[in-house]
Amino acid sequence: MINKVVSNIEQALKGVESNMTFMVGGFGLSGIPENAIAALSKMDVFGLTCISNNAGVDDFGLGLLLQRKQIKKMVSSYVGENAEFERQMLSGELEVDLIPQGSLAERCRAGGAGIPAFFTPAGYGTEVAEGKEVREYNGKPHILESALTADFAFVKAWKGDTAGNLIFKGTARNFNPLMAMAGKITVAEVEELVPAGELDPNQIHTPGIFVQRIFQGEKYEKRIEQKTNRKRD
Amino acid sequence: MALDKNQIAQIIDQELEHNTYVNLGIGIPTLVANYIPKGIDIEFQSENGVLGMGPFPFEGEEDPDLINAGKQTITALPGASFFDSAMSFSMIRGQHVDLTILGAMEVSQNGDIANWKIPGKMVKGMGGAMDLVASAENIIVAMMHTNRAGESKLLKKCALPLTGVNCVKKIVSNLAVLEIINNSFKLLERAPGVSIEEIKNATEGNLIIEGDIPEIKF
Repeated sequence: MINKVVSNIEQALKGVESNMTFMVGGFGLSGIPENAIAALSKMDVFGLTCISNNAGVDDFGLGLLLQRKQIKKMVSSYVGENAEFERQMLSGELEVDLIPQGSLAERCRAGGAGIPAFFTPAGYGTEVAEGKEVREYNGKPHILESALTADFAFVKAWKGDTAGNLIFKGTARNFNPLMAMAGKITVAEVEELVPAGELDPNQIHTPGIFVQRIFQGEKYEKRIEQKTNRKRD
Repeated sequence: MALDKNQIAQIIDQELEHNTYVNLGIGIPTLVANYIPKGIDIEFQSENGVLGMGPFPFEGEEDPDLINAGKQTITALPGASFFDSAMSFSMIRGQHVDLTILGAMEVSQNGDIANWKIPGKMVKGMGGAMDLVASAENIIVAMMHTNRAGESKLLKKCALPLTGVNCVKKIVSNLAVLEIINNSFKLLERAPGVSIEEIKNATEGNLIIEGDIPEIKF
């Protein structure tokens, strides 16, 4: 088995430089690579392009990188929960590319799957379609969307093994498996790292071939963005 | 009496078919899950990656790894499944999800919908709305008939940036149930005690009124 384990966070982030493009997994704060983000927010790397469905909140997730103005451009589908983000966007400091969520997911998947572009009905007739080729299939107009790749993809899984195989939990899976495929270097952090052979091969969500580096995160806060409950009868 | 948000949700529930997969948007659509008629089995899909979404968890039982598209904590019902975002939107674009229910700021008489952006205000993004409206076979819009200033939201042409074109088939508003057909809003039912005149005044787009329009029954 090819061993993908890195001994510490410095090794995991080796090669990270200013002006790079990162993919960062997660939906809201669920399934974000907390440890990698925290470490990146302490590094002197700036001018980053971050492809991530959301931009975190003010003091957690990608919000930490926004606070230090490390991000030049966000590529996301929804960015509503972050006051500092709003300030930087309205002042023009931060460039924002908004993409329909399904197109964002498929563009990441395509980037990792060797598909340079694809046609989708999403966004036809809207400002998202501006400047894009339109083709009709089955009597319905579609727009051409291109694949996305990144210098680094930072993903988070529930369990992983030394060969880089990953298993996700619940809705924390979201964009992580797709971004793992599309990173030139994919850094996976996991809650529990086990020796190769301990995970059931039938249950693997992301095969180790897509992961270049893996480590067990020091700790996970796993913050809840909106705690909603029902009453007990 | 115009309908309140819970009543709009109840009306939409009467439209639900047995054994179908349904995606609910944020806002009034979320309330639809509360009034599913007995004998109707529905599986709710949330586009962040769950099919078989259940109610909110009890206090103390929240799981940060289990949320809906509105980032609220949820539960998963027996028989639920989890998947990544590309597979989730494969279900949506591939028309495996039977019905999408979502809110709108504006709808036009040809079925265009605007619900993601108000120019000059903070732009939060479209999330999954553009994929949902471009792909769903069946879309029901749950909305208020007029905005806070009393202006119609059922228009000849949307003024706000579009989310999708020619896609809305049915609207349940606080005043009426309408179908979009022949480049017009066709009035099907009216809220109890709401007159045809009131609906006419609140609808800027073409309105088709044929025969007696019954009141909505609960």
